[in-house]
Amino acid sequence: MAKHVLRVVAVVYVLFLLVLPVALIVWRTFGDGLAPFAEALTSPSALHAFTVTLTVAGWAVLANTVFGVGAALLLVRHEFPGKRLLGAFIDLPMAVSPVVVGLALILVYGRFSPLGGLLESWGIQVIFSTPGMVLATVFVSLPLVVRAVVPVLEELGDEQEQAAHTLGASRLQSFVRITLPGIRWALGYGVVLCLARSLGEYGAVAVVSGRLVDQTQTLTLFVEERFQNFDQPAAFAAATALALIAVVTLLFTKLLRPKDRSDGN
Amino acid sequence: MAIEVRDVNKSFGTTPVLHDVSLDVAAGSLTALLGPSGGGKSTLLRVIAGLERPDTGTVRISGVDATRLSPQRRNVGFVFQHYAAFKHLTVFRNVAFGLEIRKRPKDEIRKRVMELLELVHLEKLADRYPSQLSGGQRQRMALARALAVEPQVLLLDEPFGALDAQVRKELRTWLRRLHDEVHVTTVFVTHDQEEAIEVADTIVVLAGGEVVQAGSPGEVYDNPANPFVMRFLGPVTEIGGSLVRPHDIEISPDPVEGGSPAVVSRVVRLGFEVRVEVEIGGHEAWVQVTREQADRLGLGPGDTVHLRPAPGARSLVLAL
Ligand SMILES: Nc1ncnc2c1ncn2[C@@H]1O[C@H](COP(=O)(O)OP(=O)(O)OP(=O)(O)O)[C@@H](O)[C@H]1O
Ligand SMILES: [Mg+2]
Repeated sequence: MAKHVLRVVAVVYVLFLLVLPVALIVWRTFGDGLAPFAEALTSPSALHAFTVTLTVAGWAVLANTVFGVGAALLLVRHEFPGKRLLGAFIDLPMAVSPVVVGLALILVYGRFSPLGGLLESWGIQVIFSTPGMVLATVFVSLPLVVRAVVPVLEELGDEQEQAAHTLGASRLQSFVRITLPGIRWALGYGVVLCLARSLGEYGAVAVVSGRLVDQTQTLTLFVEERFQNFDQPAAFAAATALALIAVVTLLFTKLLRPKDRSDGN
Repeated sequence: MAIEVRDVNKSFGTTPVLHDVSLDVAAGSLTALLGPSGGGKSTLLRVIAGLERPDTGTVRISGVDATRLSPQRRNVGFVFQHYAAFKHLTVFRNVAFGLEIRKRPKDEIRKRVMELLELVHLEKLADRYPSQLSGGQRQRMALARALAVEPQVLLLDEPFGALDAQVRKELRTWLRRLHDEVHVTTVFVTHDQEEAIEVADTIVVLAGGEVVQAGSPGEVYDNPANPFVMRFLGPVTEIGGSLVRPHDIEISPDPVEGGSPAVVSRVVRLGFEVRVEVEIGGHEAWVQVTREQADRLGLGPGDTVHLRPAPGARSLVLAL
């Protein structure tokens, strides 16, 4: 009996929170066939939003992959003062609202702050432009790669690396030939999660981008802006595109997950 | 000398692990580093390999001061207790690793690796992954991998520690034969005295972070430096305030010169050997006799016998 109740609760929960909204969006998008969908997505503004999203997400994923692997190595393989603090800081983006992150970035890099002023005098504009959006996205997706890699690195241990050293490998060689293959599935999983998070980021990017149409407008901002301007077909088309990308990345993580396990034994 | 360790000290935090350790390993020898758990054997081996840096002291390998050299430049082969197999590489690529790092030509690598795999009897398993090997096979792969780079010395940390007794015995004999074939200076860690005596030509006893005794198996067994070494190298029992090997005791039903009376409490037959447990001077001891001897004496619980060390038996007087 309890089992049935639980099942019904779960199904209703998922139905109203997930299936219904997504299905409605898809239905609205494709209600008039594929042509309006294609048209809405190939408008100059939509295409521009795509490019901005990809650029920002690309840099953010690159930065967080490099940082993530570095930080994971540091946390697992080295002892240093402030290690626990670093671990705590890495989890901070999980707890802080993205809007707060955006505002904080404006405080640090805005035109009227010392650092922002200095950068501007060198011709680098951070806020209301791509660097700021990349920074914001890096911040919100910071923990994903680190947290995916740390447990695998811990389980891997450092004996294989030591064996590589005694066989004549330099640090770089043992990293490339031993460590990296050892964490590749976890790293792939973290990178895909990071990518998904970066593509979907809204709050922090909304604050630092200034929402300049055809300039700093990402796909999520595009959806919101089109919706506000009663251009529902475009909004729904872009939303569906985002959802599809999310589904594809999710499938990727599912593909990566089981291999991760079989690789571990 | 292939390895000269001089006055090495090493602590982890405030815990001293090695204390003034000095050690010479002759070129071409097969040396066992024997000692109880936590005695610092692995640490000493890792210091020699450069995986651990000593706080003070020096390590010379083939006459060259290696104290400050990274493991990468020492050219030592190291076999880890848990193999440290490269899980994502095949057996072939595992063994080829050191040669690939040294950028040797492909066909030379192929030839050398196949030679080594034959040496360790793994030639048929070259394309397998480590997860598809048994423990003993993995161990031999790790050995081939270490030998591939023609190391000046080969260091093995409890090479058979994780294997079951049967495989252990086989690999032991095999290691001895391999060493006779390859002649590379080898140091292996063990806490099994039987293994050390059977395989090594030199035994170094390490306990509490200090070298307690070094010598040939015969020397260490027959002339232990102290009661600890005597106890560690084989069975001992105590009669008349001395530590004696149980097979070095004469047992007779009648009083003998220099003998002490004892009462038999139990007779245990272990195949060929018979273990006679006695009570002597208020404490327990035991004597090892052959089956034939036991039958001849017809010993049973409650019998009074007379014990004395056999002529020429080694014994150590215990300080009271
Ligand atoms: N990395 C480390 N950090 C702190 N203490 C350590 C470290 N490695 C070893 N020790 C300590 O040093 C002492 C000696 O360790 P070591 O591993 O050398 O002993 P061992 O003789 O090899 O023992 P076993 O036979 O159990 O392997 C132990 O008390 C151990 O707890
Ligand atoms: Mg050890």
